[in-house]
Amino acid sequence: MALDRWFRRKKPNRKDDDKSPSGLWIKCDSCENQVYRKDIIANLHLCPDCNHHYRMPVDDRMEMLIDEDSFEQWSGTIGPVDPLGFVDLKTYPERIKAAQDSHKYPDAILTGAGLLDNQRVAIAIMDFSFNGGSMGSVVGEEIARAAERAAEEERAFITVAASGGARMQEGALSLMQMAKTTMSLAALASKRLPFISILTDPTSGGTTASFATLGDIIVAEPKALIAFAGPRVIEQTIKQELPEGFQRSEFLLNNGMLDDVINRKELKQKISKYINLLLANRTTIKVKHVPAI
Amino acid sequence: MSLQFEKPIDDLEDKIVDMRKYAEEQGMDLYEEIGLLEKRLKRLKKESFENLTRWQRVHVARAAGRPTGLDYIDKIFTNFNELHGDRALGEDPALISGIAEFNDQSVMVLAQQKGRDTKENIHRNFGMMHPSGYRKAIRMFALADKFKLPVITLVDTIGAYPGIAAEERGQALVIAESIQRMSELTVPAITVVIGEGGSGGALAIAVANKVLILENSIYSVISPESCAAILWRDAAEAEKAAEALKLTAKDLLELDIVDRIIEEPLGGAHKDPQAAIDSVAKAIKEELIELNKLDQAELLQQRYERFRKLGKFQEMA
Ligand SMILES: [Zn+2]
Repeated sequence: MALDRWFRRKKPNRKDDDKSPSGLWIKCDSCENQVYRKDIIANLHLCPDCNHHYRMPVDDRMEMLIDEDSFEQWSGTIGPVDPLGFVDLKTYPERIKAAQDSHKYPDAILTGAGLLDNQRVAIAIMDFSFNGGSMGSVVGEEIARAAERAAEEERAFITVAASGGARMQEGALSLMQMAKTTMSLAALASKRLPFISILTDPTSGGTTASFATLGDIIVAEPKALIAFAGPRVIEQTIKQELPEGFQRSEFLLNNGMLDDVINRKELKQKISKYINLLLANRTTIKVKHVPAI
Repeated sequence: MSLQFEKPIDDLEDKIVDMRKYAEEQGMDLYEEIGLLEKRLKRLKKESFENLTRWQRVHVARAAGRPTGLDYIDKIFTNFNELHGDRALGEDPALISGIAEFNDQSVMVLAQQKGRDTKENIHRNFGMMHPSGYRKAIRMFALADKFKLPVITLVDTIGAYPGIAAEERGQALVIAESIQRMSELTVPAITVVIGEGGSGGALAIAVANKVLILENSIYSVISPESCAAILWRDAAEAEKAAEALKLTAKDLLELDIVDRIIEEPLGGAHKDPQAAIDSVAKAIKEELIELNKLDQAELLQQRYERFRKLGKFQEMA
């Protein structure tokens, strides 16, 4: 490790040393070392020096969690509309078009089925880079469809949250997605299929206050911002600065809101173990019909 | 205190009062003149309330003197017994809950309560619930389920409380759990948005078989002020945000987010609280009679389908 670090210091660590085109080297948000961008990407979007967890594109996330060549995409057949004719500084259709032009998928979500260590799963991954990962009608519908289909096909369900909350531009319809996604989990529960929720940086608002915190197991990546009300809203309310580490994964773990905080590199293995352990007795134990209430 | 757009109405009302007094004092017959003014008043009220902007309606929804949860509880339900506390973290006065009688049936009532004066507002945290409030709600849903009490919730909050202690105690998690627990009720559930339906903090107690809304109430994914602060980068643009958010009863009915609009007395519920309360009582009664006809499975199914279909999107080519 020490040697490893010594070699890394050979890299330019001051801006004026950096003669490469901008963007090839970046200063790590956490350790402030100059790091070769490709090294971060090749390292699951983790800083090779300090293990800082950068946000991860949805396809990379899927490839990291799902066994090679086993992914079958479910989402993508529906796209957003502008039900309210919403205009702020831009129109909602303009915002959507800009996001769609720079993204592969029509909204902030990728869902599908696949194998995770050879276990049948369904997965829903939110895309923070698309309109702040906000949950509007499409995101809500895709998550609900994925949860329902997972139950139908007897798959464990995994969500990877990365979202600023409900999408304001679809008004109360977005709010209703909180109820819709929450209710779609019932089918999984009644079949005793595990729902594992992974919270990543950042997850807040309506996403945190609905399906994402209803996992049988809820885990987060290190230092992810996880909140109901964002830090700025709270600062405005209480008119004082927030303590260091407030609303980060470790803070939630200490307050009893998470099952664990897990490094990205260990995430797949952990999820695999959870599913394996939770499902091991499912077929062997004769479960008497226990009414839900 | 009256709302800005109400000033001409209030002026005219004052004028009628003065004229009546004058006529009495002078022993004059001003019957016709007063009658004309009253007609004009009615027309003025009707016109101004029909043409309220969404932002003005936000003000009516928040108006001082608008009946609050407690006003409805006092007048609609008999034999109300308040039940306090979440049995874990504490007691949240922003949510009033208890068992009562309604239309010859035992029911569970939950109401978000804003203050009717400054002192009560501080006590009730302006109707903004803490995690303990949502935990209390979850407890009440379970109690209602166990003893087959229909659940009636009255929504009136700008939103769940955004603060350090609330975050520490899992505000998001308890809201999610409350949404989930309410969706699992095997008894009829009716929600009435009596004032403000503010975001997830309101939805947590609004996952009902029937969601009703008073004519001048609002229900929104975010408050206009917060929306303006984010999208316009200026909270002062709240009026524009209110327009964009389509948060009025009429807007919400068109989007199927609410099932029924309860008419308010002319001039708004704050002008005639008793009339508003009577209308709400009548609406709840009618809805409950219908829901009582459904069995447990049908209630669950109806509620699931009601929320499952909400959302607008298009098939991609
Ligand atoms: Zn670093």
